[in-house]
Amino acid sequence: MVRQIVLIKQLRKGMIVMKVRELVEKLDLEVIVGKSLDKEITGGYIGDLLSNVMAKARAGNLWLTIQGHQNVVAVALLTEVSAVIIVEDFDIEEEAVKKAEEKSINILRTPLSAYELAGKLFELGIK
Amino acid sequence: MGFILNEMQSSNPQMNAEKYSSNYKMRNTPCSSSNKLRTYKADLHVHTVLSPCADLLMTPGNIIKRALASGLDIIAITDHNSAENVEVTMELAKDTPLHVIPGMEVESSEEVHLLCLFNRVDDLLKWQEIVYNSLPDLKNDEDYFGYQLLTDLNDEYAARVDRLLAVATGMTVEEIVDKVTKMGGLVIPSHIDRPYNSIITNLGFIPPKLKFPLLEVYKGTNPQDLIKRFPFLKGYSFIKDSDSHYLDDLEPMMEFRIKKVSLEEILLAAREKDGRGIILKQVKR
Repeated sequence: MVRQIVLIKQLRKGMIVMKVRELVEKLDLEVIVGKSLDKEITGGYIGDLLSNVMAKARAGNLWLTIQGHQNVVAVALLTEVSAVIIVEDFDIEEEAVKKAEEKSINILRTPLSAYELAGKLFELGIK
Repeated sequence: MGFILNEMQSSNPQMNAEKYSSNYKMRNTPCSSSNKLRTYKADLHVHTVLSPCADLLMTPGNIIKRALASGLDIIAITDHNSAENVEVTMELAKDTPLHVIPGMEVESSEEVHLLCLFNRVDDLLKWQEIVYNSLPDLKNDEDYFGYQLLTDLNDEYAARVDRLLAVATGMTVEEIVDKVTKMGGLVIPSHIDRPYNSIITNLGFIPPKLKFPLLEVYKGTNPQDLIKRFPFLKGYSFIKDSDSHYLDDLEPMMEFRIKKVSLEEILLAAREKDGRGIILKQVKR
């Protein structure tokens, strides 16, 4: 517990970087595709219009979306996000899952809304 | 010409469909057997008073009059997620030189708008059943969304559609393309360069496995400018429609050079087969 508080404090100061694997454990996220859970997280981006995500998401970001189209995988690959998190337990196309496995794109899922999840991410020091 | 109505009322849908289809393709084109190319001014994206966002003057009769006055030879009626004003429009247009292509503008689960066109109105109505089954069970609130009105042969308001039409269906773009194509229809993504409800905005790019023969650009867009912004559009063929919601919007934005009015001919024009083609009105920058 103490160690965790120290870690979070360090994280908030930007001293360490959290890996996707740790985030999955901390927030109990469902792993749909998790072939590269050692990727490091650098902030996040929320968006369902893929054209906007293409322009705005940064490498290492967590991308929170309700969009389950297979183009999500291509956009994730292009923007080099650390993981896609499907919020509100939205469906994701089978084809998207297959492509994500091929390209080792992490796809996670949560029943939380993007708003709730973003709040938790901030609490963890991911900004 | 007068027997379209009789056929629409026929109790045998199969016979109805065949006769209707051949009649539809032949009517108003006495030269169609001569295989000569002709130029048709066309607008494949027109909303009627059934679309909640359309003006109340967009009745089928008014649309036909204005379309003819503006020089159009072909229009497609494409209301949001419904086709209930298509038959009445075709019936009202049957003694005029205007060709009416049966259609609908469907909204996918990704909120992408897609024009779905058919040769035969009964195929469109079958498609409408599928769309209706895929819409959420919500009631239209006229104060928020607008009126969803059906009109009759006197061009008067006859009924309202209660279910909410201006909403996404549960079908993905892929599912819509797959189903409509299997039913003999043609899917054309609407206004691909619009900042909302467009395939490029909502999905970032066009899913490569979908082979769209045609894409619709917005009125004020020249495809060559768009290709500079989105190089993946290179090699596509384009149409340009008015997407009319008001009578004043109706004007020809393109011409088809085809032998007769059918989806097959439009597809051949997209490929510029044997002298056919699509000429878009250029806008000045």
